Amino acid sequence: MSEANPQRRGYWRANVRLMALLLAIWAIASYGLGILWVEPLNRFQLGGFPLGFWFAQQGSIYVFVVLILVYALCMDRLDRRHGVD
Amino acid sequence: MDVRGWTYVLVGVTFALYVGIAVWSRVRSTAGFYVAGRDVPPLANGMATGADWMSAASFISMAGLVSFMGYTGAIYLMGWTGGYVLLALLLAPYLRKYGKFTTSEFLGDRYYSQTARVVGALCTIFVSFTYIAGQMRGVGVVFSRFLEVEVETGVVIGMVIVLFYATLGGMRGITWTQVAQYAVLIVAYLIPAVAISWKITGQPVPQIGFGATVAEGTNAGRFLLETLDHLHRELGMPAYTDAFVPGKKGMLDVLAITGALMVGTAGLPHVLIRFYTVPSARAARWSALWALVFIALLYTTAPAVAAFARVNLIQSLHGVAVANVPPWFESWEATGLIGFDDKDGDGRITLSGDAQRNELRVDRDIMVLANPEIARLPAWIVALVAAGGLAAALSTAAGLLLVISSAISHDFAKSWLAPGLSERRELSLARATAAVAVLIAAWFGINPPGFVAQVVAFAFGLAASSFFPALVLGIFWKRATREGAVAGMLAGILFTATYIVWFEYVSPASAPEGYWLGISPEGIGAVGMLLNFAVAIPLSLATRPPPVEVVELVEEIRLPRSREV
Repeated sequence: MSEANPQRRGYWRANVRLMALLLAIWAIASYGLGILWVEPLNRFQLGGFPLGFWFAQQGSIYVFVVLILVYALCMDRLDRRHGVD
Repeated sequence: MDVRGWTYVLVGVTFALYVGIAVWSRVRSTAGFYVAGRDVPPLANGMATGADWMSAASFISMAGLVSFMGYTGAIYLMGWTGGYVLLALLLAPYLRKYGKFTTSEFLGDRYYSQTARVVGALCTIFVSFTYIAGQMRGVGVVFSRFLEVEVETGVVIGMVIVLFYATLGGMRGITWTQVAQYAVLIVAYLIPAVAISWKITGQPVPQIGFGATVAEGTNAGRFLLETLDHLHRELGMPAYTDAFVPGKKGMLDVLAITGALMVGTAGLPHVLIRFYTVPSARAARWSALWALVFIALLYTTAPAVAAFARVNLIQSLHGVAVANVPPWFESWEATGLIGFDDKDGDGRITLSGDAQRNELRVDRDIMVLANPEIARLPAWIVALVAAGGLAAALSTAAGLLLVISSAISHDFAKSWLAPGLSERRELSLARATAAVAVLIAAWFGINPPGFVAQVVAFAFGLAASSFFPALVLGIFWKRATREGAVAGMLAGILFTATYIVWFEYVSPASAPEGYWLGISPEGIGAVGMLLNFAVAIPLSLATRPPPVEVVELVEEIRLPRSREV
C-alpha cells in the first residue's frame, strides 16, 4: 500500500471516507439529537415519547447498530473489489 | 417450591454448566490460553463480548440508576453502547490483523518502545483490578440476598468457580462459558421485563410498552411517560423526561460523561482482547456488530424497565398507610435496601422532591432485583434473576482476570524480565498469575475498599485518556512517533487522575461548585483524551519520524489480508 501502489491507496482512501461519513452520523445521532438538540426535539412526540428523549434512550442505540451493520457490509464489498479479502 | 429452593436449583444447574464447558475446552498452548486459538466464530464472539462487557453494574444497577435520573440516565445508555461504533470502525479489525496477544504488545511494537508497552501493561492491570473488585462484590451480594448466606461465603463460592474455568481453559474456557452466561443473563433480564411491560401497558415488548399508554388504574389511557412526568411534578420532582432542568446535570457535563464512557469503552483492554480471538479482520467487524446487537437487547430494555419500576414504585407506595404496604416492601426492608422514616408522623409514606419531607429511601439496585416480586411474578422467575446477576458478574470477572494474567505473564515476564521463557513455562506462569489475581480480587470483594464506586470513573477516564488516542493515532497516522505517543499518554493520564483525585479525595467539599466548566470527574476522561491528542500530534511532528519497519507494520495492518498470501 505504499505510494507505488495506487490500488491499495484507493482501498485505504475509500475506507477512510466511509468511516468519516459513518462517524459523522454517529456523532449527530448521539451528541446532536440525544443531547445538544434534545430540548427543542422534545416539543415533538413519537407515539408516547418526547422525540429528544426517545433518541437519548432508544433511537441512538438503534442507529449505532445500523452503522456497524452498514460498515461491515460496505467493507466486505470494498475488500472484494480491491482484492484484499 | 419457594424462591430459595428455585435459586439453589437454577444457580446449581448454571454453575455445573460453566464447569462442564471448562473441562471440555481446556487448553495446552499460550495461543489457546491468551486468545482462544483465534478460531471463535463471530456470532459466538459477539455473545461472549456481550457477557464480558455487561457486568454486575449493567445487570443489577443500571435500570435503577436510569430510574432515579430520568433523561440523564442516557449518559450510561449511549455511553456504554456508542463506544462499539468506535471499536468496530477504528480499532477492532486492525488490532485483529496485527494479531499477537495483548493491546500493550501493539503499543510496544507500533511505538518501537518497551516503555510504551510497560506503561500500557501497568494501566491494564490497574483498570482491570478496579473493575474486578466490583464484580466479586456483586457475586457476594447476589448470594447473600437470594440464598441468605454471608457475603463472604458468596464471594468464595464465586471465586472457586472462576478459578476453575479460567485457569483450566484460559481464553477458550472463558469464551465458551461467556457464551452460556450471555444466554442466561439475557433470558433472566427479558422475562421479568416482558411480564412487567405486559402488566402495566398491555404491551409485551418493553421497548414499545415504554411509549404506550397505561392499561389500568386512575391513569388508564394516558401515555406512560406522560403519567410519570405528571407524578413527578405532583411530588415536586423535576419531570422524568426533562433534560437540563435544575436538579439534573448540565448539558456540557452530559456531553463530557457520554464522551468519556464511549471512548473509555473502546479503550478497555478486556473488551479489546475479545477481538483477538476471531479468525480474521473481517470476522472482527462482524463480531463487533453481533456484540452490539446482543448488548442493545439489554440496553434498550433497561430504560423501559426503569420507567415501569418508577411508576410502580410511586403508585404502590406514595400515600399508602404503613399497615397496608405490599408484602415485598417488608421482605426488602429487612435487607436495608428500602427504608421508611415517618417524618410527619401521619402513618403514611410520603414521597417528595424535597429531601426534608421525603420519607422513602430506596437503593437503586432494588429496581431490578425486586421488580419480579413487585410485579408478583412466580418464584422461579425471581430465582432466574439471581442466576442472571451471577452470570453477568462472573463473566466480566473472568474476562478481566485473563487480561491481568496476560499483562503479567506475557508483557512483563516473557517480553521484558525473562525473554528466554519456554512456551510451557509461560503457560504455567499465566495460569498461576490468574490464580493469584482471583485471590486478590476475592480479597477486595470481601473487604471492599471505600473507593470502589469512584474508581469506575477512574477506569473509564484512564482508558479514554491513555489507550484510545495512542491506538487510533498508531493505526491512522504513520507519522505518530514514540515521543509523541508516550508524552500524550502521560499527559492524558496525569491530568485525568489529578482531576479525579482532587475532587474525590483531596477536596470533595469543593464539588460540584468547583468543577471546571461544570464537568464532573466521571466526564473528565473526555478532556484528558483531547489533551492526549493535543500533546501527541505536535510532538510527533517535532520529533524524528518512525523507522521504516514501523511504517511497514502500519501499512500491513491496514489490509485485511496478509501480504504473503
